[in-house]
Amino acid sequence: MQDQMVVHNPMGYPPKVSGKPLAPRLDTLNGRTVYLVDCRFDDSDILLKSVQAWFTEHMPAVKTVYKPISSVYTKDDPATWQEIKEKGDAAIVGVGH
Amino acid sequence: MSIDLKYGVPTVCLHTSMFLTVTKSVVRMNGAPQMRQVYLPHPVMGKTHEEIKAYVFGISPVSGKSVMQEVVEGLTQPLNEQDRKGLTFARTTPRLCEPATEEALQQQFLDNNWTDKLPVVLPTLERVAAMLKHTSRKPDDVVGHHAATHFREEWECTVEQVAVNAVMAGARPEYFPVILAIASTGASARGSSTSSMAGMVVVNGPIRKQIAMNAGTGAMGPYNQANATIGRAFGLLSQNLQGGSVPGDTFMGSMGNALAYASPTFAENEERSPWEPLHVQRGFKADQSVVSVFIGMRHMAFTLGLRHAHWRDHLRNLMRGMDPNESPTFLLDPIAARLFQDVGGLKTKKDLINWICENGRMPAGEYWDYQLIQNYQYPRATFGEEPLASKLKAKPDEMIPMWTPEQVNVVVVGGETNGYWRIAGARLAASACVDDWR
Repeated sequence: MQDQMVVHNPMGYPPKVSGKPLAPRLDTLNGRTVYLVDCRFDDSDILLKSVQAWFTEHMPAVKTVYKPISSVYTKDDPATWQEIKEKGDAAIVGVGH
Repeated sequence: MSIDLKYGVPTVCLHTSMFLTVTKSVVRMNGAPQMRQVYLPHPVMGKTHEEIKAYVFGISPVSGKSVMQEVVEGLTQPLNEQDRKGLTFARTTPRLCEPATEEALQQQFLDNNWTDKLPVVLPTLERVAAMLKHTSRKPDDVVGHHAATHFREEWECTVEQVAVNAVMAGARPEYFPVILAIASTGASARGSSTSSMAGMVVVNGPIRKQIAMNAGTGAMGPYNQANATIGRAFGLLSQNLQGGSVPGDTFMGSMGNALAYASPTFAENEERSPWEPLHVQRGFKADQSVVSVFIGMRHMAFTLGLRHAHWRDHLRNLMRGMDPNESPTFLLDPIAARLFQDVGGLKTKKDLINWICENGRMPAGEYWDYQLIQNYQYPRATFGEEPLASKLKAKPDEMIPMWTPEQVNVVVVGGETNGYWRIAGARLAASACVDDWR
């Protein structure tokens, strides 16, 4: 029978995850402003504009705003998030990946 | 996620089905049990407008429901208790594994994705203790933080945990300060990018000789214990100290990359180089020992010598073979370096870098149409970031530079068996002083 060995675990320490609630949902999208957030990755602009076309065709009472992020998707974009919070009611984020 | 979880705006995220596992996982790590995520067919890139419209107007391959129905419901259906509470949890990493036989432990390390799928040296208490003797740092000192990609959570690592991975790679204890310096940069040799990146390390200064690293013949190949095992340690510590590198979850590299087995690690041939070494260029003193960690390496181009009549054309051709979103790192055998001086008239590294930036050009129309340029440079240009914004004003047929001098590096390595040189598409992420970790 082989000897038992004691060895170290090679993994690092994961951070503690703190719960964050989702934002309350809307009762209806009619008459509301939905931001279509383009993460500017792999033709995501075409994707979001197709979403916009769907709303125009199927839910014209919804106002949509096509909004490309301010830089590349790897960077946080607080100015854009703040604008959406102030001027929008909901957001659809398209990564296009 | 920020828009919903931080700014309080109800949000639906659109992903493609290939990213189902990773996007669910990232949401949990950000403190939500689930978000309102809707999945489209994969890929979006390269599809026509009509095809993408059909995705949006069609059925989700994940749920089997109408994509836009899911989107609308995601914004309007009330939250459940879990959604309102969020997800709080803490994970621990036990210091030791349960005792087992060597064979069972090798299998356990393999099954847990703790290896590069090659056998490892098991990190026994004795081996790790021997490694720790080669640094003045305490075992529980924090070395740094690693993440598989920018949107994943950062894991923390200690000196002892780096030592464990160094043992697994087969490194000798005297290499440990070099490995700690690499780990301290936080750069990952196991980045999750779909492009399948590898890391690379250049070592400068006295440590090269103190641990018998190779800067000469075969320096970038499997012919030197320090080069080989320090590079392997870079890979192993990256994956284990960032929380894994598992295909489909913490690694999304579509094709994979054989360079990632080695994370090529070598010493610069300072003694035979006609130029100042890399670490001196980076502001360190010549007698300091330094690691410079490169990431994002996907390939290398190469050629031999500099021919008097057409070397400029040959170099331009090599550069045009690269994706302009890459950062070129020139790896020159000392013979090639001297040819750049003697034949090319480029007396200093700076002269060579300036020549590369002046002559590495392509038509603006082609440049801006590269997919990676569209993803990573075009957004910055449209918001006024220079010099990208000025490049964006160029007419489509105007020849614009692909790189700035800050993106280009030159390293001299090799044993002068011939005047070969290469261009690695690799970005210099950080340099760190080895002496701080002795």
